[in-house]
Amino acid sequence: MSISFTLDGREVEARAGETIWQVARREGVEIPHLCYSPAPGYRADGNCRACMVEVEGERVLAPSCLRRPSPGMKVATDSARSKAARAMVMELLLADQPPREAAHDPDSKFWRWADKLGVTESRFPARHAPAPDVSHPAMAVQLDACIHCGLCVRACREVQVNDVIGMGRRGHHAKIVFDLDDPMGHSTCVACGECVQACPTGALMPSSVLDKEGRKSREPDRSVDSLCPYCGVGCQLTYQIEGNKILQVDGRDGPANHNRLCVKGRFGFDYVAHPQRLTRPLIRKPDVPKDADDFVDPSDPSTHFREATWDEALDVAAAGLRTIRDTFGGRALAGFGSAKGSNEEAYLFQKLVRTGFGGNNVDHCTRLCHASSVAALIETIGSGAVTAPFSECVHSDVIVVIGANPTVNHPVAATFIKGAARRGAKLVVIDPRGQGLSRHATHHLRFKPGSDVALLNALIHVIIEEGLYDRAYVDRFTSGFEELRARTFAFSPEKMAPVCGVDASTLREVARLYGRARSALIFWGMGISQHVHGTDNARCLIALALLCGQVGRPGSGLHPLRGQNNVQGASDAGLIPMFLPDYHRTNDPAAHADFEKYWGVNLDPEPGLTVVEIMAAILRGSIRGMYIMGENPAMSDPDARHAREALAKLDHLVVQEIFLTETARHADVILPSTAFPEKTGTFTNTDRRVQIGRAALQPPGDARQDWWIVRDLARRLGLGWNYEHPSEIYEELRGCMPSIRGISWGRLEREGAVTYPCPSESDPGHELIFAEGFPTPTGRGKLVPAEVSPPDELPDDAYPMVLTTGRLLEHWHTGSMTRRATVLDRIEPEAAVHVAPADLRRLGANPGDRLRVSTRRGSIELAARSDRDVPPGLIFIPFCFAEAAANLLTNPALDPFGKIPEFKFCAAKVEATGAG
Amino acid sequence: MASDVTTPMLSEAIRDKIRAFIPRYPNKRAVTLPALHIVHEYFRCVPYQAMAEIAEILEITPAEVHDTMSFYGFFPQAPIGDVRVWICRSLSCMITGGDEMLEHACKKLGVRSGQTTPDGKLTVEFAECLGICDFAPAALADDGRIFGPLTPEKVDAMIEELKKDKDPVDPTHGLGSSAGPATPSRPEG
Ligand code: SF4
Ligand code: SF4
Ligand code: FES
Ligand code: FES
Repeated sequence: MSISFTLDGREVEARAGETIWQVARREGVEIPHLCYSPAPGYRADGNCRACMVEVEGERVLAPSCLRRPSPGMKVATDSARSKAARAMVMELLLADQPPREAAHDPDSKFWRWADKLGVTESRFPARHAPAPDVSHPAMAVQLDACIHCGLCVRACREVQVNDVIGMGRRGHHAKIVFDLDDPMGHSTCVACGECVQACPTGALMPSSVLDKEGRKSREPDRSVDSLCPYCGVGCQLTYQIEGNKILQVDGRDGPANHNRLCVKGRFGFDYVAHPQRLTRPLIRKPDVPKDADDFVDPSDPSTHFREATWDEALDVAAAGLRTIRDTFGGRALAGFGSAKGSNEEAYLFQKLVRTGFGGNNVDHCTRLCHASSVAALIETIGSGAVTAPFSECVHSDVIVVIGANPTVNHPVAATFIKGAARRGAKLVVIDPRGQGLSRHATHHLRFKPGSDVALLNALIHVIIEEGLYDRAYVDRFTSGFEELRARTFAFSPEKMAPVCGVDASTLREVARLYGRARSALIFWGMGISQHVHGTDNARCLIALALLCGQVGRPGSGLHPLRGQNNVQGASDAGLIPMFLPDYHRTNDPAAHADFEKYWGVNLDPEPGLTVVEIMAAILRGSIRGMYIMGENPAMSDPDARHAREALAKLDHLVVQEIFLTETARHADVILPSTAFPEKTGTFTNTDRRVQIGRAALQPPGDARQDWWIVRDLARRLGLGWNYEHPSEIYEELRGCMPSIRGISWGRLEREGAVTYPCPSESDPGHELIFAEGFPTPTGRGKLVPAEVSPPDELPDDAYPMVLTTGRLLEHWHTGSMTRRATVLDRIEPEAAVHVAPADLRRLGANPGDRLRVSTRRGSIELAARSDRDVPPGLIFIPFCFAEAAANLLTNPALDPFGKIPEFKFCAAKVEATGAG
Repeated sequence: MASDVTTPMLSEAIRDKIRAFIPRYPNKRAVTLPALHIVHEYFRCVPYQAMAEIAEILEITPAEVHDTMSFYGFFPQAPIGDVRVWICRSLSCMITGGDEMLEHACKKLGVRSGQTTPDGKLTVEFAECLGICDFAPAALADDGRIFGPLTPEKVDAMIEELKKDKDPVDPTHGLGSSAGPATPSRPEG
């Protein structure tokens, strides 16, 4: 309901809930404000009084940022009294500030308002100024400029829900503190930078723009709106650029992030300017043989490679591939594209493999993350994508997070989950390890690693046996109920409790919580998918949601959190061996015929091999040549030693990269390509949201756009490609993907983000899908029962521990980007194995000591870290550290449906090697 | 940072005592103040690590404990003297010479307000109205003894009195009592 009132003599309308300040802004009336930020997610606090206005008939002035108008109210923003009061506030605040000449940020919001109000001097004495705190590698804390507006407290506590900053002491002595008044760099700060973005005075600033005296010395000369290159959240951001360098990154109000970023998106960008960037094409020297254990210094490739011109490099690259194709056939070649590239690059790459190589051996790292989830989703509900965006959890009353660690891997998505929990949603975390969400959870089930199906079947059992399922929904929209009931009958919580290590009453309680929820959303991650029973795990989660009708309504749904920034888009575009673009099976006769026509060539109907299968095929000798664009299987594949042997065995390997990665060591030709901030393209986030990223920097040296390289290689393989801009490629992709038909390039340039399915240009896009059945032949979702099966390799006397792998907040995937980002590598510089304190004591080791971790496949040495989030018997190793590559240890055993390896479980042995 | 701590500072007895407050309040955060009092009573201060452990017990963040702790002037972070005495400087006391009494005490003890005597016996601080304005200028010791109206001579006598050795006490004494701000007990050593 809107109301009308008078603002400076004018009759104006206020919409429901609007404050005087908000109406004034809409009406073009400027009112000073310091402690209030109009950015999304910030509550008005009303503490600074810089926004006072006069309300007729009231004795005291009112803070316009907080005060809501009432009908007929007469508000004066420009009365002498309100102006004098606001000027006095500025003068009081100015008293404590460093002088303008010495200001940390002379252009801060605070100084701009001081200028506007004409307040330049203060008659009041200054109070004691705290010393600067430069303990953090990315942010400087200079509280002499702090005005105690509390915006950073709200940023940290309410917007990002990290709860690191507090307002210590009180009154005259009030002080912004981190944790227990710790230096910022030693606190639990996760460096999201939200406080820096919120601070109106320059008291908190990114160090990148400051000189030695702590004063802003560098200014961007332009800015480019783009995206974050890291995870599947798909945060929108603005690169602030000075010359050809990114100086600073600001969050933008994208639908997925509302201005928020995490440490990677905020501070992890200087990898693009790292001296090890590849800038010239390289060709292997004829006398340097390949060897699986070879090492090439990324700073000096000249030991193994020589520089070449693009023409020569492309000729050599193409000739090698052509020879193999013409001698052994298209199936003797394979390609790995990348989930970090754009939709256009993914589309072009798979088209090259299918039409230029002549086979379907094309895959990417989706195989290593959510292949099993996608297999289960397609089997049951006919679509591999999420049914609701993650932000939908703000409408859920129950949120389940299983096998996912979003505060580390999807930090900005986690802010929505934490925020929802704080506002009262019940949060159930199911994970053997403790994690950042545990503190916010009503239940944290720390079950035995690998016993997922037992646990989930017990929940299904309770929901069916206690009649908590939604009968009407099950009747109308699902199939297979009777079989599911019969097959889960034996899985009572009482029987499953000893198997999964969670007591029966807790299992029942959680099942009831989910079963009775009005709206419930399930999030899952690699802890579900990266198992030999990964597909079964996902089937159980889908069954839970279908049983309770928790799909397609506000606050409900299934959301496998996608890892890479474009893993959804790369899969959609067909960068997978069994599917053409838009998930048409290669051997579906109709789709096969359509694509032969669309592309004008004959296609191989036989599905290709997956990531791990391709490595095995190389060792068997059936695959002889590969083209790898932006992937690093030598680090990311399970049993990486084996993968390295395969790569070294290839007759011909072409690697397209920005750095000389562990994979590129084995290449015959290395083609230098572009980093994310150097390219324009579209990317699809975990929500099915197609967004546009824009080039902000010139690529270094002779590095070229990835699409340009793929095109020119294709031409040398006999394809007459003439693409001149990514938009042409996107439009071709759109032509064969009905789900994005309504999302034209032009529309993306205008709107920035549109969520598919979006059949027409006038359609706004659809976030919540499957309210009325599923895109399956019957229109129903299938309930598929799962049997309990053990992990492939159980601990035994020789290898008594369980090894699980994953990521760290600061490091992305195999670390080729983030380990070269100064700030990120300074925060997490060292490879470490996370061990339960009791296990560490048993080993006689202290934190920091060197430990040797071995499995049946290999052994690495790294530092010990005592971690109470790790249960005894389990160890955790992040796979980003090349010097101690976790994947030398992991088990390549595959899930039979998704062909995903069991990264999350293998038997290991830990020994102390002496003090570090 | 809290998660690296391997040897806890708070004993099970203290933890139990804190946990016993949890059912009395609508949420765990509300137990922060009683927990601070319990810790303070035992250590005669609220050490850094103890705050981290309170945060863990109550499943809140260190910053939340620190906010509450530092809001009050009551909780020192390092151990203070055997006896803590506050000399009032609010209105009634100020006009009758409270500031001068504080100054006199400090000079006599060779410390500044907020500091402890080198022998560790006495900590002297100023306070806002102690609620005993009828004794203005007044002082209050943390064991509950009241002094006033003060004169320089009476300040000297008060110091004499407060510095007298007390009977040794059992270090766990007081853990059974309620968490009041003033208690005569302290751990020995
Ligand atoms: S950077 Fe983020 S986590 Fe760190 S103090 Fe600021 S808002 Fe909190
Ligand atoms: S949450 Fe993901 S997309 Fe957002 S800033 Fe962090 S890494 Fe980038
Ligand atoms: S902006 Fe309104 S009180 Fe600070
Ligand atoms: S003013 Fe000193 S006790 Fe009240």
